[in-house]
Amino acid sequence: MPERVMFTMGDIASAEGALSAGCKYFGGYPITPATEIAEWMSLRMPELGGAYVQYEDEIASITSVIGASWTGVKSMTATSGPGVSLMLEAVGLAVMTETPLVLVNIMRGGPSTGQPTKGQQGDVMQPKWGSHGDYQIIALTPASVQEMFDQTVQAFNLSERYRTPVFVLADETVGHMRERLVIPDEKDLKLEYRKLPTGPPEEYLPFKADDDLVPPMALLGSKYHFYATGLTHDERGYPSDKEDVQIELITRLNNKILHNADKIIDLERFMLDDAKICVISYGTPSRSAKKAIKDARSEGIKVGMLRFKTVWPFPEEAAAQIAAEVKHIIVAEQNLGQVYYMVKAASGSTPVHLMTKPAGMPQLPNEILDKIKEVDSL
Amino acid sequence: MARYEIRFGGFGGQGIVTMAVVLGETLSLIEGKHCVQTQSYGPEARGGATKSEIVIDDDEVDYPKVQEPDVFVAMSRAAYLEYIEGLKDDGILIIDEDLVDVEGDLSDGIKIYKIPATRIADKDVGAKQSTNVVMLGALAAITGIVSIDGLKQRVVERWPRFKESNLKALEAGVKAGEGAEPSSA
Repeated sequence: MPERVMFTMGDIASAEGALSAGCKYFGGYPITPATEIAEWMSLRMPELGGAYVQYEDEIASITSVIGASWTGVKSMTATSGPGVSLMLEAVGLAVMTETPLVLVNIMRGGPSTGQPTKGQQGDVMQPKWGSHGDYQIIALTPASVQEMFDQTVQAFNLSERYRTPVFVLADETVGHMRERLVIPDEKDLKLEYRKLPTGPPEEYLPFKADDDLVPPMALLGSKYHFYATGLTHDERGYPSDKEDVQIELITRLNNKILHNADKIIDLERFMLDDAKICVISYGTPSRSAKKAIKDARSEGIKVGMLRFKTVWPFPEEAAAQIAAEVKHIIVAEQNLGQVYYMVKAASGSTPVHLMTKPAGMPQLPNEILDKIKEVDSL
Repeated sequence: MARYEIRFGGFGGQGIVTMAVVLGETLSLIEGKHCVQTQSYGPEARGGATKSEIVIDDDEVDYPKVQEPDVFVAMSRAAYLEYIEGLKDDGILIIDEDLVDVEGDLSDGIKIYKIPATRIADKDVGAKQSTNVVMLGALAAITGIVSIDGLKQRVVERWPRFKESNLKALEAGVKAGEGAEPSSA
């Protein structure tokens, strides 16, 4: 399809990104503020020969997505924090069975049912630590309608490349605001697809990784047979209680993300070259921060921003490097401090200041400006 | 033009969100301007105070929500009371005069335009559902922030089945906007 231009909301941009990435299965349960993704998919999927299924709950939704992905179909779900809470057990299953899938979380106010129609960035730690066991996750944090599209495409690419679940973590403001969206011509999109096995089927080892630590993935029903389980398994996929199998498997599952962190992490440097203060932010608060930084610059304060377009794997090296370059770091996020603690752990002796707002409206530019001035006067 | 902010307020079901979306579509897709539309509403499907906003800027819009509106279009008393705060001292207030009275202390610099949009939609257009389109016509005539031709093009593209009534509503709104004399509080 040729290039299209829309004035639309982030939720719909994410759905369109998924469709452009070749997603052909959506299993979900509608929830504010992610409902528009399900609604849009229910209209568009049949047009494109894909399947949209609304389930009885989030647990059925995500497990159906795992099953669909095993048949070779790019698959996704979309929900909000309360739904993610229900899905997390199966996220662990997807990690363990190395199942590519995309989970969009349009973050609303929490805990619990919280404020359905208001936003927050309260779920940043949830994908990383919410499922049990020792695992890594990939999470992208778009800040505009265009990025909702672009980063959903990227989420599919990463999930296919590393055979792992990938989160798109967007605050409600990004999900529900409307902006201009340019959907590129499909021939200009770079799409990735999981590696398929080659070689004789009788020699196929479904969980034997290549040098990139990712095993080729057979399609369910193909001539390559496999068994997938949440239990610790060897290269054949058979359950094992041996210590070396456990160590080897979870080390590989973690390392396939960590060793490729530099290829996954996506950052924007804004006015940082001569900065003495660095604001670290992501999602909607980063837009307020941009305005605050421009205003502070006009008053002669040397401040810039390191914007996280991905929060997991955590950009630890980038945070450490910027901490070595500046005198102060301010973390601006729409919660009571989540990325803040990660930045603090990476920043050595550089002071890290927290600028939070655990409520529906992101920080105002002048609120961040006040914080910049306060830190500048220290 | 520097950052320009418009806020629409009313009750759920009046088409408050749609007004801002149509304005945003016209500005973005037809006039090529940078703009962001946001909304805020409660859990109710109908009733309750609803707010929808547009921010226009020369360059990419940073903070996407309205801070101090240049224009506030109020279409219910509850929304007027809840969202009047922050309107610029030299801003523009447009009210549906049959539904909203000017209450409280307003700055003398605020220009108040009274447009009976619901009545015009009902009596002149014959379609009460077109109230929001009437109000968009009035907004365009009063502020000049969007071209009337652009709005016409957009409502026709968006609702081809309701071309006639919407164009009629838009023109009635433009006429009401052009004829409205501003007052101050």
